[in-house]
This record gives sequence, structure tokens and C-alpha cells, in this order.
Amino acid sequence: MFESLSHLALQQYWWIIISLLGAILVFLLFVQGGQTLIYTLGKTDMQRRILVNSLGRKWEFTFTTLVTFGGAFFASFPLFYSTSFGGAYWVWMLILFAFIIQAISYEYRSKPNNFLGAKTFEVFLFINGALGTILLGTAVATFFTGSEFSINEMNFSKWEGAARGLELALNFHNLSLGLAVFFLARVLAILYFINNISEEGILSRTKKQLIYNTVPFLIFFLTFVIWLMFIDGFAYDPVSKNVTYESYKYLHNFLQMPLVLIIFLVGVLLVLFGIGKSILKAGTTGVWFAGLGTILTVFALFLIAGFNHTAFYPSTFDLQSSLTIENASSSKYTLKAMTYVSLMVPFVIAYIWYAWKSINNKKISAEEMGEDIHVY
Amino acid sequence: MIEHLDSALVNWSRAQFALTAMYHWLFVPLTLGITFIIAFMETLYVKTGDPEWKKATKFWMTLFGINFAIGVATGIILEFEFGTNWSNYSWFVGDIFGTPLAIEGIMAFFMESTFIAVMFFGWNKVSKKFHLLSTWLVAIGSNLSALWILVANGWMQFPTGMHFNPDMARNEMLNFWDVFLSPVAINKFLHTIASAYVLASIFVIGVSAWYLLKGREHLMAKRSIIIAGVFGLLSSFFLVYTGDGSAYQVAQKQPMKLAAMEGLYEGTTGAGLIVLGMPTPGKEYDDNQDEFVFKLEIPKLLSFLGYGDTEAFVPGVKDIVEGGYEYTDENGEKQISLSAIEKIEKGKLAITALSDYKKAQKLSDKVKQEEYLTIFNENFRFFGYGFLNDPKSIIPNVPLTFYSFHIMVGLGFYFILLFVMVLILIFRGDLIDKKWILRLAIITIPLAFIASMSGWIVAEVGRQPWTIQDLLPTVASVSQIDASAVQITFWLFTIVFTALLIAELKIMFKQIKIGPKEGGH
Ligand code: HDD
Ligand code: HEM
Ligand code: HEM
Repeated sequence: MFESLSHLALQQYWWIIISLLGAILVFLLFVQGGQTLIYTLGKTDMQRRILVNSLGRKWEFTFTTLVTFGGAFFASFPLFYSTSFGGAYWVWMLILFAFIIQAISYEYRSKPNNFLGAKTFEVFLFINGALGTILLGTAVATFFTGSEFSINEMNFSKWEGAARGLELALNFHNLSLGLAVFFLARVLAILYFINNISEEGILSRTKKQLIYNTVPFLIFFLTFVIWLMFIDGFAYDPVSKNVTYESYKYLHNFLQMPLVLIIFLVGVLLVLFGIGKSILKAGTTGVWFAGLGTILTVFALFLIAGFNHTAFYPSTFDLQSSLTIENASSSKYTLKAMTYVSLMVPFVIAYIWYAWKSINNKKISAEEMGEDIHVY
Repeated sequence: MIEHLDSALVNWSRAQFALTAMYHWLFVPLTLGITFIIAFMETLYVKTGDPEWKKATKFWMTLFGINFAIGVATGIILEFEFGTNWSNYSWFVGDIFGTPLAIEGIMAFFMESTFIAVMFFGWNKVSKKFHLLSTWLVAIGSNLSALWILVANGWMQFPTGMHFNPDMARNEMLNFWDVFLSPVAINKFLHTIASAYVLASIFVIGVSAWYLLKGREHLMAKRSIIIAGVFGLLSSFFLVYTGDGSAYQVAQKQPMKLAAMEGLYEGTTGAGLIVLGMPTPGKEYDDNQDEFVFKLEIPKLLSFLGYGDTEAFVPGVKDIVEGGYEYTDENGEKQISLSAIEKIEKGKLAITALSDYKKAQKLSDKVKQEEYLTIFNENFRFFGYGFLNDPKSIIPNVPLTFYSFHIMVGLGFYFILLFVMVLILIFRGDLIDKKWILRLAIITIPLAFIASMSGWIVAEVGRQPWTIQDLLPTVASVSQIDASAVQITFWLFTIVFTALLIAELKIMFKQIKIGPKEGGH
């Protein structure tokens, strides 16, 4: 079925899949955002318990998406995997630690005799929520700002940044995307709570918090995007594969791929609509608009990072070492095999949808916490 | 291609990988097996409508949940560690190795995590049938994840279905089915899941035995013992069968590992299988010390198991290092084996030819390119040896491999005995009176974990120094990081994982003490 596709077509197809996975991951980070709000929105033990349980039924989903994102990136663009993970060692290690301590926290927090105490597990959740979002955002920003590495003729990479990736987190532009992701995750979490919980005390605090988090989100996000439109980007020549700086590269990418620009703008508008709707009116559906908007926006950002002859993982140390979807990808055979595998994805999404619908038909309330079910 | 070899870096990276993998493996086998036991119980509940079955289902599910969470926590690090700590490896074979990891995520992890939510939170929300289906899908999903990760691991032990692309300087997949259906991978998968079923059965029997000793939860404990006993016994037979299959594969594909498993330094025809023995401490392959301080062996069995012929020659460590013995290659042709030194020389030829080829390519010198490529292809089989200098470095840790192997096999036969005894007694109705066997069942729980861990030590230590058999040693796989950075993360992992393990154990023991709740938890 895919036999006739060219190597380039397969590389583009896989960049789209990676972009989609990345976009869905950013949306699902609402779990992380929510974890930083447990004490802000929950003033009593029961309220905090409700918040934890509301997130607790979704966390694994975000986690699995992160793992699959890593696996799919490895399989389709292995040179990125070996260069970035082995290079920016400390950033990735910190991200991983932040996720390790999340994975047990839900299950262990309220169990008797849990050794570290409920508070510790709540701190774990907070650390995961803050560090996970900011550092993942930072890592994505390096698709535009570049890192310092070189790749030799055997395609073995060498990291030149002395702090093994930590230097990336100190870059203002990377950090502004990181913080934008952090506040966006909190905004999405609040919208999710409004949709998922029926407890007056919690709900009464959501509106104010929504405004408090939307403002910094917009500031950081706009800072990053506006700056992005004006910087020199990393372009490569389709024939010679030579990488050069191009002024206004990312702006050009939007203009030369108008469909991507439209996706981006629709995405941003949907996010704003979802937030505005929830602030101005009482409805509970804001999370769907803002969620879809987030996915579209991030998807478009990934596309301008990798499409239209742009190096998606640029090296500021040695321009010619920069990774493009053409030089970093798997072989044609592997991409083709993986493309067959990707046919499973719609099926996976369908059963996830069905399973969620069947257990989500009722909002989470104080009563449910006392019922004979598995509670965290 | 590797500027300097930093042995501290390699050793810390290996230590870190071993630590994190072993922690992960503390929790994974219980998940793989207990999910099926839970699914059997829930099936009986749905069939009979007996609430006692529901109670048992929910009780074991609670223990499963505690174990699962930490299994996930320790798993994520492994997925990314190939990139963070073995980045050269990740490039060199990523074209093949990444695929099973990606399929594992798409096919297995989502299935597991989605239906776990239904399993835990869906009791009052979905139909009985859909709930039961979800429980089965959790079991199937977790076993699918084992399938794909073991395909990946099997490929490292026996690389197949690929070729080397000199332009990209990496291995590329030629045939997905060869990778997926490789006999090593299939054997590994079947043996590993069987071992997980045995381990989970022993866990369930041990915990139930504790209740019987305490005079609590009679009905649930007895029923659990029957289910786990039957499941465990059947799995045990399959375990021995597939263990034999694994040993056969090792004999064919990794003769050095087989020699280490059996402590065999000097090869012989009609080699016996060691039942019990103590390898001479401090023995080197080329000194004159005896191999064993003492040994008890079954004559000719090793030759038979490894080659299907009681008189077959089994090469020892010394033969493999020094070469010169006759063996049959994959095409059925007789060959004389090369010595380690010759292999190292050929490996270095391949590496040099590859770098000369690259240089010629830069100068667009087609003739020279062809020339170097020919040299390269002739010697590629020994590529990995070119990174080594000392012929001794192809020898793994023999005593560790030997003891691990014999502990695993010995325990495997002991488990069969235990399953048989427990089943006979429970069907005769007097298990409760046999306090000693109940105590034995409890003590056996840690033994199951030891057996399982030993298996991995055999598999992974026995294949040293290779990450990819004959093609890439650990020294050439590692990411170029400061050894001190890896050292720090190693200790961080030790502290974090140990703290989490203590929490897990305390919670687990507490939940066992609390026992099943009426209507479940
Ligand atoms: C409860 C645990 C357990 C028990 C009782 C056994 N095994 Fe095992 N064994 C494993 C758990 C395990 C494992 C953890 O699943 C391993 C590690 C890697 C693998 O493929 O499976 C393994 C590996 C392993 C290997 C190495 C495979 C390789 O290096 O690729 C061999 C040759 C055997 N086993 C053979 C046996 C035999 C002949 C047994 C006879 C009773 C046996 N095992 C019992
Ligand atoms: C979960 C069960 C596993 C355990 C307990 C385990 C155990 C070990 C141990 C003890 C080592 C260190 C050997 C040494 O350095 O002497 C090791 C190394 C390694 N194993 Fe495993 N292993 C497991 C599964 C896997 C799987 C499934 C893979 C691949 C998919 C794998 C890949 C590796 C790699 C890359 C190394 C590092 C390189 C090396 O030292 O050989 N392991 N493992
Ligand atoms: C014998 C080897 C292995 C088996 C059978 C296995 C199986 C499993 C299973 C059943 C789980 C579900 C959680 C649990 O443990 O209870 C799991 C989790 C996980 N495993 Fe392993 N694993 C093995 C080794 C590895 C290795 C080498 C990697 C790295 C590539 C890995 C990556 C992961 C990850 C990332 C998770 C978290 C999954 C999630 O999001 O649900 N595993 N593994």
C-alpha cells in the first residue's frame, strides 16, 4: 500500500506523526498543570482528594503519550534521539526524574503506611507539574534556538555545551516557551476541572485562577511567537543540503505554507475562545475548545520547525551538523514498516475514546469518594 | 571513530543500566503474571455470579495496582536511557531497534493504561462483560509489551534481518519479519512470560498461605491457591521447555555465553551438564588450575542439549579465545574458528576500511571507494572486535554467569515440586494442617524473584562485552559524557528507586494485612 511512497514522503509523513504526538502531549500536560493547583484550588482535605482523583484517572494517559512520543521519535528519527538525549543529558534526566516520582504518587499518596507520607507525594506531584512542563517546553524551544553539538562523518554526535543541556534552560527564549507551556497547562487544568468536577468550593475558585494564569500565559507565549517571527532561522538547500541562516525563516515558513498558518491561527483563536467562554459564561465545555486549539497550535509550530527545508534540530556550534528530517531519519524500509504500524493509531484512539466515555459519564463529587471503588 | 575510551564512563553507564533494568524487572514479572490470575478469577465471578470471586478479584487487583505504579515509574527511564547513556548505540542500530520500542508504545502501553482505568474505576459504571473484557485486555496488553521489548533484546543477542549501510554508517533493517520472528526473540519471549507466570503464581500462593497460617480468609486463600497452583504448574513445564530452547539458541549463537554458563574452559566432545559445582575462584582461561573445585555432572547431556548429539564438541572459553576448532556455520558448512586476536585484526581492518571509504567518498574517488568497501564487507562480521585490544576482553564474568544459571535452573525444578505438593495437599483437603509447607510457600516468594533476576544476569552478563553480539561492544556504545555525571545519576537512581521500593513494600504488606474488604476495595 505504501510501496510507491518516496523516502522524502515517508519522512514528511513521520514528521507529521511526531508533530501530532507532540501536540497531543502538550494538551495532555493539563494533568501536570493541575498537579500544581491542588493546594490553590483545594482548601479542604476532601477538595484536594477530589482534585487528585480527577487528575488521577488521566495521568497515565499523559505518561504513556510521553513514552510513545519518545519511542516513535527514536524509530523515525534516530539521529535526533541519539544526539539530543545523549547530549542534553541533564535536561532529559531531570525530566525523567520528574516523571518517575509522578508515577507512584497517585497510587501511594492515600494508602496507609506509605513510608514517605501523603505530603511528600503531593510535593512529588507539584515538582512533576512544574519541572515537567517547563523543561519539556524548553526542550521544544531548542528546535528553533538550536544547541551546541557536532556530528562526525560516522554520524556520532558530540555535545559541546559544557552544562550538558542545562545551558538550554538558561536561554531566555527557551525559558519563555517553557513558562508559556507551564501556564497553559494550568489554564487547561482549570478548564478540565470545571468540566469534570461538581464541587462548589473548588468551582468557586476557578474563575479567578483562570484569569491569573491566562495573563502570564499570554505574555510568555506572545513574547516567544513574536520573537520567533523576526529571527534568523535554519534553512537548508534541497539539493546541496547545505544549512544556512535565513532571515525571517519561520515567518517565511508560515507564509509559504498558508495552510499551516491557518492551522496556527485557528488554534490560537480556539484557545482564547475556550478561555474567554469560561470566564464570561458559565459553560463547562471550554476545555474542548482550548484543548483542540492547543493541539492545532503546537502542531503548526512543529511543522514550521521541520518542514519547508528547515533544520528541525539546529546546531549553533556547527551549522552543517544540524539535523533535518532528511538526514536524521530512519531508512526507507523502516519508515515504511512503521507506516504500516501507524495504521493502528485510529483504532487505538477509538478504543481510548470509548473506554473514557464509559467511565466518565458522571462528574466527580464528594459522594463518589466514599463509594466502593478504587480511590487515590 | 571513538576518540578515547574511558573505562570509568563505560562501567558507570553499565552499572546504571543494570541498576535501572533490575529495578524495573523487580515489578514487571508480577504484573505480567498476576493480571492473568486476576482475569481467571473475574471470569469465574462473571460465570458463577459468586460475590466471593469478586472479592478475591478485587483484592489481588489492589496488590497489582501497587506493583504496577512502580513498574511504570521504573520503566520510563529505560526507554530513554538508550538515548541518554548509549547514544552511539542508538545511532548505530536505531534503524532496527527503535521500531519495537515504538510498536510497544502504540500497541501495548496504551492498551494497558486505558483498560486499567476501566478495570479500577469502571466497576459500577460499565457492564460486567465489558469490565471482564477490560481485565483481559490489561493482561494481554502487558504481555504484548513484553513481546516487543524482548524482540528488541533478542535482536541484540542475535542481530539478523539487517545490513550495514556505509554511507549512513549504521545498520539498517532489511526484513522486519526476520527481526520479529527470530528464533532467539521468540524463545526469549516465551521463556520470559512463562517465568513471570511462575513468579506470580508463587506470589499468590505465598500470600494465601500466610492467610491460612493466620486462620483468615479461608475461602479466598484456598481458591487462590488452586488457581495459582494449576497456572503455576502448567507454566513451569512450559518454562523448562522454553529454557531448554533458550539454551539451545545460546549454544548456536553465543558459544561464549554457553561456556560461561557451564564454567567450561576446555572444550570437549561429549560434554556433561553440571548439576552442582564450584568453579575455581580466580581462574584465568590460560592458567593450569582445574576448572572446578568440585562438580557433579550428568555425562554427555550438554552436548546433547546444545547440539542434539551426545558426542558433539562444545567449545570452552579457551577454545573460543584461541580458535582452531571446527564448527558448523549457519549455512551448514564446516568452518575452523578464528582466534580472538585474528578477529580483532579483522575488526580493525573493517573499521579502517570504513573510514577510508568515507575519505574516498569526500574526494569522489569511485574506484577507491569500491576497493575499501570490498575490504569492509569481507571483514564486517568482526566489526565489533575492532574496538577491542585484549583478547581476554571477550570473556564475560564466568563465575557470576555460572552461579546465576545454576541457581535459576535449580530453583525452577524446586518450584515444580512445590506446585505439585501444594496441589496434592489442597485437593486432599489437608493443606491447612501442614504448617511447614505453608511456611515454605511464603519463603519461596523471594526465591522466585531471585530465580527471575538470575535469568537476566545470565542473559546480560553472559553476553559481555557485547551490546550487539560481535558488532558493537559496550565501550563503543556509550554516550560521551563525563563519568562523574553518570556517577551522580547512578546514585540518584539508587536513592530514589530504593525509597520507592521501601514505600511499595510497606504499602503492600499493609494491604495484605488489611486483607480483602467486603465488596472489595
Ligand atoms: C522464575 C524464573 C525462571 C526460572 C525458574 C527459569 N528461568 Fe531461565 N530465565 C528467566 C527466568 C527463569 C528469565 C528472567 O525470564 C530469562 C532472562 C532472559 C530471558 O530471556 O529469560 C531467563 C534466561 C534463561 C537463559 C538465557 C537466555 C539468553 O541468554 O538469551 C537460559 C539458557 C535459561 N533461562 C534456561 C532455563 C532453564 C533450562 C530453566 C530450567 C528450569 C530455567 N531457565 C528456569
Ligand atoms: C528487565 C530485565 C533486564 C535485566 C534485569 C537486565 C539486566 C542487565 C544487566 C545486569 C546488565 C549489565 C551487564 C554488565 O554490564 O555486566 C545489563 C546491560 C544491558 N542490557 Fe539488560 N537487562 C534486562 C533487560 C534488557 C532489555 C529488554 C534490553 C534491551 C531491550 C536490555 C539491554 C541492555 C543494555 C543496552 C545493556 C547495557 C550494555 C551492557 O552492559 O551490556 N536489557 N542488563
Ligand atoms: C524483560 C524486559 C521487559 C519487560 C517484560 C517489560 C514489560 C513492561 C511492563 C509489563 C510494563 C507495565 C508496567 C509494569 O511494569 O507493571 C512496563 C512498563 C514500562 N516499560 Fe518495561 N519491560 C521490560 C524492559 C523494559 C525496557 C528494557 C524498557 C526500555 C526500553 C522498558 C520500558 C518501559 C516503559 C517506558 C514502561 C512504562 C510504560 C507505561 O507508560 O505504561 N521496559 N514494561
